[in-house]
Amino acid sequence: MATVTTGAATPEVLEEHWSETPGLGSFLTTVDHKRIGKRYLYTGLLFLVIGGVESLVMRIQLTHSNLHVVDPETYNQLFTMHGVTMMFLFATPVLSGFGNYLVPLMIGARDMAFPRLNAFGYWVFLGAGAFFYSSFVVHRLPDAGWFNYTPLSDSVYSPGPNVDFYALGLIFVGISTTAGSINFIVTILKMRAPGMSLNRMPIFVWGELAMALTVIFALPALTLANVLLELERRAGFHFFAAAGGGQPLLWQHLFWIFGHPEVYLVVLPALGIASAIIPTMCRRPMIGYTYIVLAEMAIALIGFGVWVHHMFAVGLPSMGLGFISLTSFLVVIPSGVQIFAWLATLWAGKPILKTPMLFVLGFIVLFVIGGLSGPMLAAIPLDQQVTDSYFVVAHFHYVLVGGAMFPIFAGIYFWAPKMTGRLLHEGWGKVSFWLMFVGFNALFFPMHILGLRGEPRRTYTYQAGLGWDFLNLVETIGAFVLALGILITFVNWVWSAKRGEPAGHDPWRGESLEWATTSPPAEYNFENIPTVRSREPMWDQPELGPHGQPAEAGGRGLGGGHNTLVTSLLEAEPEVVAPMPHESPWPLLLTVALLGIFLGLVVRSWVFWSVAAVAAVIATAGWFWPRGETQET
Amino acid sequence: MRCRRGPLAPGARTLPAVAVALTVGGCGGKTSVVSPKGPAARSVVGLWWPMLATATAVFVFVVGMLVLAAVRGRRKTEDDAAVTPGWGEPFIVVAGVVVSGAILVGFFLFSLQKVQALTDAGRRSKLTVSVVGHDWWWEVRYPNGAVSANEIHIPAGVRVRLALDTADVIHSFWVPPLGPKIDMIPGQHNTLWLQAGEPGVYRGQCAEFCGLQHANMIIRVVADAPADFDAWMAREAQPADDAATGGPGRPVFETQSCAGCHTVRGTAAAGTVGPDLTHFGRRDTLGAGVRPRTDGDLARWITDPQSIKPGAAMPPTTLSPADLRALVAFLEGLR
Amino acid sequence: MALTGEAPLLVPTGQPDERLPTVGTGTTNFGWWGMVLFIAVEATVFALLLASYFYLRFRSGPVWPPDGIEDPKLKLVLIMTAVLWSSSLPVHLAHAAIKKGDTKKLRAFLAAGFVLGATFLALQVAKEYPDIARHEFTPRTDAYGSMFFTITGLHGAHVFVGLLMSAWVQLRAWQGAFDRYRHVSVQNFVLYWHFVDVVWFFVLLTLYLSPHL
Repeated sequence: MATVTTGAATPEVLEEHWSETPGLGSFLTTVDHKRIGKRYLYTGLLFLVIGGVESLVMRIQLTHSNLHVVDPETYNQLFTMHGVTMMFLFATPVLSGFGNYLVPLMIGARDMAFPRLNAFGYWVFLGAGAFFYSSFVVHRLPDAGWFNYTPLSDSVYSPGPNVDFYALGLIFVGISTTAGSINFIVTILKMRAPGMSLNRMPIFVWGELAMALTVIFALPALTLANVLLELERRAGFHFFAAAGGGQPLLWQHLFWIFGHPEVYLVVLPALGIASAIIPTMCRRPMIGYTYIVLAEMAIALIGFGVWVHHMFAVGLPSMGLGFISLTSFLVVIPSGVQIFAWLATLWAGKPILKTPMLFVLGFIVLFVIGGLSGPMLAAIPLDQQVTDSYFVVAHFHYVLVGGAMFPIFAGIYFWAPKMTGRLLHEGWGKVSFWLMFVGFNALFFPMHILGLRGEPRRTYTYQAGLGWDFLNLVETIGAFVLALGILITFVNWVWSAKRGEPAGHDPWRGESLEWATTSPPAEYNFENIPTVRSREPMWDQPELGPHGQPAEAGGRGLGGGHNTLVTSLLEAEPEVVAPMPHESPWPLLLTVALLGIFLGLVVRSWVFWSVAAVAAVIATAGWFWPRGETQET
Repeated sequence: MRCRRGPLAPGARTLPAVAVALTVGGCGGKTSVVSPKGPAARSVVGLWWPMLATATAVFVFVVGMLVLAAVRGRRKTEDDAAVTPGWGEPFIVVAGVVVSGAILVGFFLFSLQKVQALTDAGRRSKLTVSVVGHDWWWEVRYPNGAVSANEIHIPAGVRVRLALDTADVIHSFWVPPLGPKIDMIPGQHNTLWLQAGEPGVYRGQCAEFCGLQHANMIIRVVADAPADFDAWMAREAQPADDAATGGPGRPVFETQSCAGCHTVRGTAAAGTVGPDLTHFGRRDTLGAGVRPRTDGDLARWITDPQSIKPGAAMPPTTLSPADLRALVAFLEGLR
Repeated sequence: MALTGEAPLLVPTGQPDERLPTVGTGTTNFGWWGMVLFIAVEATVFALLLASYFYLRFRSGPVWPPDGIEDPKLKLVLIMTAVLWSSSLPVHLAHAAIKKGDTKKLRAFLAAGFVLGATFLALQVAKEYPDIARHEFTPRTDAYGSMFFTITGLHGAHVFVGLLMSAWVQLRAWQGAFDRYRHVSVQNFVLYWHFVDVVWFFVLLTLYLSPHL
């Protein structure tokens, strides 16, 4: 490490310490949160395409009664992988991608707290995605639903490797999500720029924090459930099968203890995106910042007390159900608080209807609809009627697609200029929005009605004469309109990255620190780590510009080395100048070894997975092996 | 329109097909939650309409404010926008917490009251019917020994207790016009009260994903006038009579693979894997509702069931045309 | 060997008269936070697993353990408990030693803790498990057996990982990696080890003691 005598930093010195040599080497070893964040985004959107194509095939199959486009086995694989893909390989990673790219920029840091763990998280996500879809090569995609209820998923009723791909894949991808969440929490708590006390933190960052905390306490339930399932399927243990003294409902409890918070951990950062865009595009600070923050935390907390509402029809005693029903009603309140805070801000401000704002407004409309059908499912008798019907499918697509995918697209239009330096095309953006909005509603609104008319979920076909044909046709048309809208944004993005209008460092006149960098930002993000004196620093501190903050105004160059600043938890007082790790091949190598272990387990080859396990131990040792100085830092 | 159906006239071969066409074709409302045909479903709908009305009002308010805010914004300057109004935070608290909370708690209490009404603690039933879910059909047993499949006859206007179990994976019993569903779970005995207000056929299907043919696990609840029901149940408990089993089809049934899985009481066939067929000729459908019970469909179902219901446990059977005709006639005659 | 390490460099941050250390411990070190959160994940796993045990138990009927299995025998497990819990003392002393910069005591106490942990694991794997599997039940017998071996096995795996960490810290200590200012690895190992001991309290209570109630 270079010895530092003055604290000043120059771009040249920073460049020397932070730049990664272009080429394959740094492609495989990078630890730059911006490169990793973009990879999460691109890979996640690739899985959106895959999951989307799966849903289009399902929609074609259901266009009319008694069609035979795909056989029942294929259909079951399609809806299972559609759910798994959209939840674990699209929504969660894309929102992690935004977080990865934006959180360090928004809090004025130079990278995430654990850069190599960050790289590892991405590679594991990619490896897990490859693992899931390697089952496609052998035509053994998981087929017991994303909820994978036992005993249908046990070795008696699902003897093939399909469910093993599911269970092991989820354990695998869980490693990525957990690593990412620990990284987010430490980054957010310990790396905020001086002066950015918790009550000045951007709401988007609060959303990522709430998501990460939810992962810490929710994801273990899914991982545990899948470990137990594999022990039962592969080693003859008894947890779920009634025959050996197990309980089929144990799976459902564990799955939904994870599964309901999973919904919130997808929605929370997406709500954060909306809260980041609304003040900027309304030209005023958010009204009710504190209420929104409290609401996000309340959602994360109450989200752990509602899981049994997925099990209202399993025949549990009604006393306990009453409590869950109440919490399920009440969890609507914090969502409502956020919506009313946005409404107040929109009403008081001057909304500028550019594409990102259109997507946010569309999101609010859809999220309100999803939020209003929520209490209907919290009401026990009504839930017992419509659960497992298309009514539920409609509800959670309004919440998840409306509540997460629309904000994600708003985020693409809003922040892609930061990533590429060029604005997306506004006209095509609006075309894309309207196609998506109209297509979405044509696709999902009729599902409410079909559910009430008795159409169950997860059925590969339906009989003629039930009055279900027409609305199913409308839905299929809507699906293709929605897909066209999505496609237009993708083309727009690719086209604009090269030929779009130059964005400058702050195209929307934003209020948070990511706009105090060049577009795209330098490897080290900020020449000087800025000192923050307001909740909207870009609006209140005129000295902030594309090159951060000059030292005279409070910026800290940290001597220009490969360092970042550690600050205190509540008030963000500077504590330590911490050296940061450099590029490393070990995250990728460890991932390859892990992929080998999981593939070895699924093909039941002792040799294969033992060799991979040895490789994983070596890779772990390589990761932690001291290089250069023996002394710990 | 009403799809009332009386007891089958003897010899009316085509009647089941007509009945199927009428019940699943002409009466969309017969599968609908919001056209309740029994007290339980009616009770739920009493919760649904007020919730829908309230949701609509909230939607109109929020989206109205949203659109108006966007329209008003065009006339404003950025200086207007920078002013923080005094009503902002009180509005969030009042609309988001106080009003929303009151509405939500109100509906919570209302829904709990409905739960009380639906659980019927302490009520007695005159009739308990046992229903067992199988991959992918329904076994139905009556206290007098009658065994049927895929059709539950109940007396109209009478509260019937269903005892629900499963033979394999989790299924869920759901007949929307008659009321809420309940799952059938291994190692657990669930019950459901079933009551149809008036005679008719009510369609439902399995609501918990149970594998390949989850889509074709259809149940039909046939509510008869009480007198008709008593006659039906008494007849259903009888073995097949000589008139039905005297023809050339019986030996085909007994010697081919049929008897390995199916029971026809009064003959040598005593398999327990598939549905009891003792009174098959009185049912409206075959293959758990996948087809109406016509001769053509029945012949195809016997020779090539996998083309109709891929994955079902029933294997294809190769028969001479004469044997097939005899077998179809035998099955049709099981009344 | 010197009892104090070289104080970490204080580097200028770029603000007038402000110099900050380049090394943090505890809450000023990312690694410490990472370990705390990792332990939170692990604690959640154990909590869910123990909850699953009680769920199966209370839905299985009045007799527990089921299928004629006897209540757990306590003699061996209480010895194992004494061994495991006594290991927390040297581990604590190792931490106290390095906070003063005493690397010699660090290595000695680490080794003592290692021996006690390894003894626990050896008793579990070589004595307790074979005894039970031969005379009483296996993981395949029923849900009780599955739960018993899964929970104790997962705890044993954590002891094993703790031993690996202990060996790693020992190795790094010999390389001279730690002094009174730089020892976050020691800190993290100590945290993890105490966590594994605390988890054992709940495992003991649930699996061994509660069936006797």
